Formats: sequence, C-alpha cells, structure tokens
Amino acid sequence: MFCGFQMKNPQRSPTNPGSVRSRFTQVFLQSLLRIRKHSPASSSSSSSLGEFLKRCHRVKVAAYVSMARAAGTRRAWSRAMLWRVRHDAHRHRLLQGRCSRSSSRERSPGKKKRRTKKKKKRRDDQEHGFGNAEKLQKLVPGGEAMDFSCLLDETAHYIKCLVTQVKVMRSIADFYSL
Amino acid sequence: MSSRRSRSRQSGSSGISDDQIIDLVSKLQQLLPEIRNRRSDTVSAAKVLQETCNYIRSLHREVDDLSERLSELLANSDSAQAAVIRNLLMQQ
Repeated sequence: MFCGFQMKNPQRSPTNPGSVRSRFTQVFLQSLLRIRKHSPASSSSSSSLGEFLKRCHRVKVAAYVSMARAAGTRRAWSRAMLWRVRHDAHRHRLLQGRCSRSSSRERSPGKKKRRTKKKKKRRDDQEHGFGNAEKLQKLVPGGEAMDFSCLLDETAHYIKCLVTQVKVMRSIADFYSL
Repeated sequence: MSSRRSRSRQSGSSGISDDQIIDLVSKLQQLLPEIRNRRSDTVSAAKVLQETCNYIRSLHREVDDLSERLSELLANSDSAQAAVIRNLLMQQ
C-alpha cells in the first residue's frame, strides 16, 4: 500500500493512488503487448496512416479502459467509461459487419454523449451561478447523470486518476524510447 | 451548522448544503496546478470550475499525444517484450 510517490493524502484506502497506479500499469502494459501482437508486423515506414491511426486509437482506448478498471467500479465515472467503451465497440462491430467502411470519427472520451440533449437546469449550478458545471459534465464520463456535489466529487477522483495515467504513460514511453 | 436550501428544483432526495459544496470545490482547487500555488480563498468557485475544465482538456490532450508516441514505439520497438517484463518487475 505504501509507495514512494508523493501524491495527495488518500482519504479512502480502496482508492489509494499507489495501488491504482500499479494496477493501471500492469493492465495497460498487458494491453500494449496484446495490441502489438495483433498489429501487422511492419516495422518499416511503409505502414499506412490508417494502420497507425487504428493502433493509436487502440492504445488510447486501452489506456482509458485500464484506468477505469484500476479505479474500480465503485466510481461512477469509471463505470460510465467502461460502459461507453463497450457500447462503442459493439456499435463499431455492427457497423463493420454491415458496411466495409469503418467510421473514422474521433472517439475521445468525454465528448460522446450527444444523444442526451436535456437542457433542464434542475441542478445547483444556476443557484450558485456555475454555468461551467455543464461543460464539466460533458468532460467527466457519466457526468450528465450526476447532481452537482456528485459531479465535483467524481471530478476530483477522475483528475487524480488522469494524472496517474499520464505519468505512467509518459514513463512507459520514456522507457521504450531508450 | 449547514444551511439547507430545499428548493423544489433540486432533483436529489436531500438538499445539498452549501458547506458541502464549498468543501468539494476546495478539494478540487487543491488538485489544480495553477490555483494550488496561490492557495488563496478568494478564488471563486466559478473560476475553479473553469480551471478544472481546462485542466481535464489538457490532460486528455496529453493522453492523446502519449498514445501516439506509444503507438509509434510499439511499431518500431523490437525488444518490446524484454522491456515490458523489466518494467513490470520494476513496479513491484
């Protein structure tokens, strides 16, 4: 449970940043190995841009999924993230089955919930004058279903995990580049 | 104590107290790199939310860039397996 990383004092032990970090690292590294095995063996620069983009997308999704798994399902944002990825993958498979054209839309997390266009401001954001709460809801996975205090709480945890994710990804990338 | 605002607009079962919100906002404030250094109480909650949005967006961009970098490295690295195993051992 104790690690040498000086992160903020974890108030809840299940979401200790140390264990989240090591869980994320392991799951993410395994995903990277899997991606590497399944990607075409073209080490020359002749690999097409399409292949590169596909692999890039896979790496990105693997990173977010690994982090959501490491964070555990007790968090609303991680549940929403996993649900969304599963949903997107399923829909992508359906699309691929029907037509050979693959959708090349940008699937950055946090910008996908366009179906729900509820503009009912039943939340505290207007009371406190927080028009930015809506923007925040779109950025945090599952944010649009949360009330204001829940949103703030989930956002805090989400940011901690994102920071961990970035740090680990950067250290892996540095390690590979040596 | 905590003042409760039981507005009819509130969709939750209980009214959320102002103190609770202030606590949560200050907790968020601690995480933001820019505001943390100033550590003043005069930072408005709206500004905290704004900075939070910007911070999350920048983190997403960093993840995108790192994914690109990793994807490139995956394609080119030959000793990936050994490096990965070494990295795993280092984490434990």
